[in-house]
Amino acid sequence: MSANLSSVLFLITGVLFILALRGLSSPETSRMGNFFGITGMILAIVVSILSVDIFFSNLIYFIIALSIGGTIGGIIAFKIPMTAMPQLVAGFHSLVGLAAVLVAVSAYYSPDSFGLGTFQNIKTASIIEMGLGVSIGAITFTGSIIAFMKLQGLMSGSPITFRGQHYLNALLGILIISLISYLIVNQSTQIFWMLIAASLLIGFLIIIPIGGADMPVVISMLNSYSGWAAAGIGFTLENTALIITGALVGSSGAILSYIMCKGMNRSFLNVILGGFGTDSSSNSTKETTEEKPVKSGNAEDAAFLMKNASSIIIVPGYGMAVAQAQHALREMVDKLKKNDVKVSYAIHPVAGRMPGHMNVLLAEANVPYDEVFELDDINNDFANTDVAYVIGANDVTNPVAKTDPKSPIFGMPVLDVEKCKSVLFVKRSMSPGYAGVDNELFYRDNTLMLFADAKKMTEDIVKHLD
Amino acid sequence: MEIDPFIFRLSIFILSIFIGYFVVWSVTPSLHTPLMSVTNAISSVIIVGAIIASFSSLDGSNISFSNILGFVAVTLAAINIFGGFLVTQRMLKMYKKKEKNK
Repeated sequence: MSANLSSVLFLITGVLFILALRGLSSPETSRMGNFFGITGMILAIVVSILSVDIFFSNLIYFIIALSIGGTIGGIIAFKIPMTAMPQLVAGFHSLVGLAAVLVAVSAYYSPDSFGLGTFQNIKTASIIEMGLGVSIGAITFTGSIIAFMKLQGLMSGSPITFRGQHYLNALLGILIISLISYLIVNQSTQIFWMLIAASLLIGFLIIIPIGGADMPVVISMLNSYSGWAAAGIGFTLENTALIITGALVGSSGAILSYIMCKGMNRSFLNVILGGFGTDSSSNSTKETTEEKPVKSGNAEDAAFLMKNASSIIIVPGYGMAVAQAQHALREMVDKLKKNDVKVSYAIHPVAGRMPGHMNVLLAEANVPYDEVFELDDINNDFANTDVAYVIGANDVTNPVAKTDPKSPIFGMPVLDVEKCKSVLFVKRSMSPGYAGVDNELFYRDNTLMLFADAKKMTEDIVKHLD
Repeated sequence: MEIDPFIFRLSIFILSIFIGYFVVWSVTPSLHTPLMSVTNAISSVIIVGAIIASFSSLDGSNISFSNILGFVAVTLAAINIFGGFLVTQRMLKMYKKKEKNK
């Protein structure tokens, strides 16, 4: 296949990928979008096979590799529970990172087959691009593995910090830049592998200090990195499809990181430097909380309030996912709807462990997406609502974020749950949420605490609704 | 003076960032998880690099280090492509509108 023709076809791949993302602007067009994405990928694979000189018999190796990977990927895709999506995505990011590293290493050792020059005599522009690609790829790889392990519970979700951490990271960053620059004059294997090693190490180091509830930012950030890694390789291989895709994915991840940071009212730098929640002002938690009166109730009280309500807003959070309460919740809502209660769901941008995670969990429980609202769209409705049912969320409902400038969560956009006539708050204990801040909502007159496991409580309410 | 092809690639890159920026802002927040899984799947287009690496001067009897890395990279990218698109499909199927008879 001529180089011009294949370039045009790679460009079409890029356009199909743009359409794939465009399709996600609404659930109706999204499936068509995914179809465009698949078409683009098939096109890219076919074109690249046709444009390399191969002995036809060697194709079998490719088919074997593709089938092994495809089977593994297919099984994972069908088996994975929706609650595990964050770690799945993190795991997939690590594979993109590793694949980028492998391709770059391969190009480094056989540059002639990529048309980049000869071994240790690679064109200057190409070696810089290769250095950048391999470095970002390696950072994505180890960073995503740490994110995966934290999300999967294989390592503690709490931030791991040590003295001089930031200096070490800065030093490694300078080292990486120097090594890439040094590759221009000396393309020795030692320098190349040192670059990979330093990048692998920094990927590991930048993720370990970030705490569990900041994972939405981390996953989005790694999403972005995997895109930049692909773009770096795209420049090396002079491949339009990779450059376009890398740019799309890179900016997509960056936007999601921005949205997540904004949802927590924290700067990106603040999240990356990590350690949130460990040292945060213990003075606010140590106040004489025990003396403040808390009203608590049981499932029967909750069911009574709900039955007599005309409108209810449900505020789900990560705790709902942990307790696997989404199906019980849906059952409860069905019963309420039969009693002509208007039910909607309010989702905070950082609910869950990745962007949009709650929406997927609710969709899985057959909750129609037009009953699910984002913070900005529903926040004014709380004042006209009878009951708010807070299940597995905490910090995102804390009125302190609006009133107390000393609070670590001050300024974070929160759901105005307290404006409802009554608030039902399902929680296992009085312990504060991730931010370590006591939730003022617990002590309000219109709040009824339901101390129980989210799933069990919801099931009990269902029984009492009959 | 002739323009370096690098400049063309850079132009494509910069413009694509802008396209990505506007397209992604138009994605509805409820689909942000599928957005991540689909971007994940499409970034596995790195498989085109893996394919070149796999087949570079491969003649059947003489498999080089680069070829082996290529095949491993094809396998990894394939996990991502199949896994990414299929799980996205699975998620998108779950998004349903309110039934009218309710």
